Amino acid sequence: MRYLPLTDSDRRAMLGVIGANSIDDLFRDVPEHARRDGFVDLPKRQGELEVERALTRMASKNVSAGSVPFFVGAGAYRHHVPATVDHLIQRSEFLTSYTPYQPEITQGTLQYLFEFQTQVAMLTGMDVANASMYDGSTACGEAVLMAHRVTKRKKAVLSGTLHPQYRAVVENLSEFANYTVEAMAPAIPGTTEDIIARICNDTSCVVVQSPSFYGDLIDLRAVAEAAHAKGALLIAVVTEVVSLGLVTSPGEMGADIVVGEGQSIGNGLNFGGPYVGLFATKSKYVRQMPGRLCGETVDATGARGFVLTLSTREQHIRREKATSNICTNSGLCSLAFTVHLSLLGEEGFTRLARINHANAVKLADGLAGVKGVEVLGDSFFNEFTIRLPRNAASVIDELVDKDVIGGVPVSRLIPDDPSLENLLIVASTEINTDADRAAFVAALTEVL
Amino acid sequence: MSGMNNQGRPSSPHEASSGEAIVTYTGNRGLRLEEPLIFELDNSGACGVDLDEPETFTLRLGKLARKGRIGLPGISEPDVMRHYVRLSRKNYSIDAGLYPLGSCTMKHNPRLNEKMARVAGFGDVHPLQPQKTVQGALELIEMLAHWLKVLTGLPAVAMSPKAGAHGELCGMMAIRAALEARGEGAMRTRVLVPESAHGTNPATAALLGYKVDAIPATEDGRVDLAAFKAKLGPDVAAIMLTNPNTCGLFERDIIEIADAVHEVGAYFYCDGANFNAIVGRVRPGDLGVDAMHINLHKTFSTPHGGGGPGAGPVVLSEALAPFAPLPYVVHDAEGFQLVETTTQAKADGTTPFGRMVSFHGQMGMFVRAMAYMMSHGSDGLRQVAEDAVLNANYILASLKNDLSAPFEGPCMHEALFDDSFLKGTSVETLDFAKAMIDEGYHPMTMYFPLVVHGALLIEPTETESKKTLDQFIGTLRHLAKAAKGNDKGLFTGAPHFAPRHRLDETLAARSPVLRWQPPVPAQAAE
Repeated sequence: MRYLPLTDSDRRAMLGVIGANSIDDLFRDVPEHARRDGFVDLPKRQGELEVERALTRMASKNVSAGSVPFFVGAGAYRHHVPATVDHLIQRSEFLTSYTPYQPEITQGTLQYLFEFQTQVAMLTGMDVANASMYDGSTACGEAVLMAHRVTKRKKAVLSGTLHPQYRAVVENLSEFANYTVEAMAPAIPGTTEDIIARICNDTSCVVVQSPSFYGDLIDLRAVAEAAHAKGALLIAVVTEVVSLGLVTSPGEMGADIVVGEGQSIGNGLNFGGPYVGLFATKSKYVRQMPGRLCGETVDATGARGFVLTLSTREQHIRREKATSNICTNSGLCSLAFTVHLSLLGEEGFTRLARINHANAVKLADGLAGVKGVEVLGDSFFNEFTIRLPRNAASVIDELVDKDVIGGVPVSRLIPDDPSLENLLIVASTEINTDADRAAFVAALTEVL
Repeated sequence: MSGMNNQGRPSSPHEASSGEAIVTYTGNRGLRLEEPLIFELDNSGACGVDLDEPETFTLRLGKLARKGRIGLPGISEPDVMRHYVRLSRKNYSIDAGLYPLGSCTMKHNPRLNEKMARVAGFGDVHPLQPQKTVQGALELIEMLAHWLKVLTGLPAVAMSPKAGAHGELCGMMAIRAALEARGEGAMRTRVLVPESAHGTNPATAALLGYKVDAIPATEDGRVDLAAFKAKLGPDVAAIMLTNPNTCGLFERDIIEIADAVHEVGAYFYCDGANFNAIVGRVRPGDLGVDAMHINLHKTFSTPHGGGGPGAGPVVLSEALAPFAPLPYVVHDAEGFQLVETTTQAKADGTTPFGRMVSFHGQMGMFVRAMAYMMSHGSDGLRQVAEDAVLNANYILASLKNDLSAPFEGPCMHEALFDDSFLKGTSVETLDFAKAMIDEGYHPMTMYFPLVVHGALLIEPTETESKKTLDQFIGTLRHLAKAAKGNDKGLFTGAPHFAPRHRLDETLAARSPVLRWQPPVPAQAAE
């Protein structure tokens, strides 16, 4: 087998050194009836060519986003990733390295994590960020737990336009950790008045997403003020991080914790994972943060270097008293984020954001011209919601037959609300051409 | 054409000195390069992408247009490339050498896996595009689920957890949901966790509000059966046990433990971090396990990536299967379908405890793991376990007289040593490990598990050759001898030849600097 270097004569020689008669001898502590003599019931080994052939065949049953006019967002976005990014993250030294527990020989990883933390803090307008989380939804769940720790209160209020799966993650985590969650009803375009009315003296935090699940931009200033007046924290959620190139940062609007999905920068769609969760907060809360942190220090000769730090918050030191059970971050995805954002720089990133917004505006205008289609909301970034004259899920299905993947029907994530059945969430990033948008408008006109 | 003109060029080197005292202009030492932070490379006006400014249009941002600068540096593509290539060279990696971190399973990461994950049909597919356009992706998830179920002998698997610790959380949530369904949620408040467990186990149990009760170990490095039984009672929700355990030993009494746990109505959570030792030879389902996470990044060789992303699917017993979280894949003659919402689950007759993540899990890792498993097949995977165990025992047998082994072998996939061989020397476990760096190795896991003093936990994995192991063994013998001979120079200042000397962790924690700040411009002279 190509991945196994030992030969039969190596094995015999090694058993000799060990003083064992056979490999079975080494498994003698396994209870007898649990030892399997034969192979499990699965296919036998295959060469590289055969594996490649079988998996490529399976992949060909999928319609890849790049092969059709594609307008799907709702928490994951198709952006162009420069070739440099994929080359660098496949460098052996990054790809096949472990968590940097030996800082003398992992300065490469540690330094890019420090750069990542700085970039995330800059984008979100916060003081500090951690070295990444599993994804946006789990970062959101952890942020709520952190707010409970900071405020010593137990009730979170969620905006009705938070991504429904983020809401589900927060509700699940809260239920098991014995906290209360109150979620508002969806409102399009989004508002914060309903949330503000619910903030009381036992509210630990309010969670508001902007751009919202439905794409509209939400001004966080009033809700931040209202939360702070009652001693609660504002958790801002950003699932399309490219928006921060054009939109006022949550930090500037008064957020206490900002969590986000970083997939849009540097990372492909990958059918939902792996992605990279962003987590940023104010300096004063840093010791209540979950996840890994990288910090600057010096070595024995006084040279600048980096180490994992404040690990007394973490499970491998604190065990049952840790701030979270999290052990890993999303290292390689955060490297992809950092390399891509470094290539973009201030100029490229803000321009990318303008292109996204321009494309979405063009698409909104195009779709608004289709008979029976209504564009909801008038401030958005690269995504917005439209109301169709009939069930959005069936329209999307019919569009597929015309080789257009036209968005996400709200009913896919919120199936039980008849008032949402005709709503479709549509995104347009820099990947869409005028021809793509024209194809979408034409196909939708035909289907309707 | 003639070759290079060599006239006057010396053809043999002058006598060398160590060169340590030489101060270079750049601070570099040949291939050992110093590299500033990306922000310090700012060359405003330069940019690493070419994007055209969109035609003029009216912004639709309400009152939320960003006003100030973000502060990102401007850098061209070649300079970004060079920066990260230079950083990469400061890292140790499994591709470059043995990475014997116990409990971490640093094995070879085949590039076929990377290639497959990047095929457009897998890598460029959106989690929420219509399901009829992702039948191949759902098929792959189902296929991987099938392999995991067959290999573990358990009937169900929750695929969505993002990492091992996340899988633990998922498994423990399924356990609590099952207890609650029996009306015993409130009465069962304790979780038993052996002293030798990974830190994530007690942290997970505590997150769910359980009281963590530690089980002591015996002289031979296993669960103290009598002490364990004494702790059982009607208030116990579960035991969280790693098997093979973190001392690298198989828990001989595992079946008796499982039976006793079940007898009091509790569940058996197995930490599957060490599945690599038994894959294809022992099925956890045959040991009485109710839930076990599988670190795809350990046993099934998805790359560790400098600390993630991982993936932690959880296999579940019949009793826990109905509580598995959303989403999951079902299939019939029509094809594959995701069950994503509570409404759909109700129609399917299941009672998921909730949702762990948005979307469907670490698909990119699923593809890599599947490519790896198909390459090995049932025969190759069994050989993986056998060679992993053989390599670890070879190290244990070869070094037990030079280092000190607290427990009798055979071990499973990792060999544990303690620091009693360093007694009387001024060398500690940490110094010993750092001296390995100068020898060109990544150190083993240190000071874990906590049940022995100054632990050194070595996991070679099955992807190391005998020749590599022999050199590694020779190195450790050499260092052990030097330590006993009190050759302090090798240890106290080590590492000497790494990109950095030992770093001041106390300073980092006392006054944390967690981000770069732009330099404050010097005050203009009045």
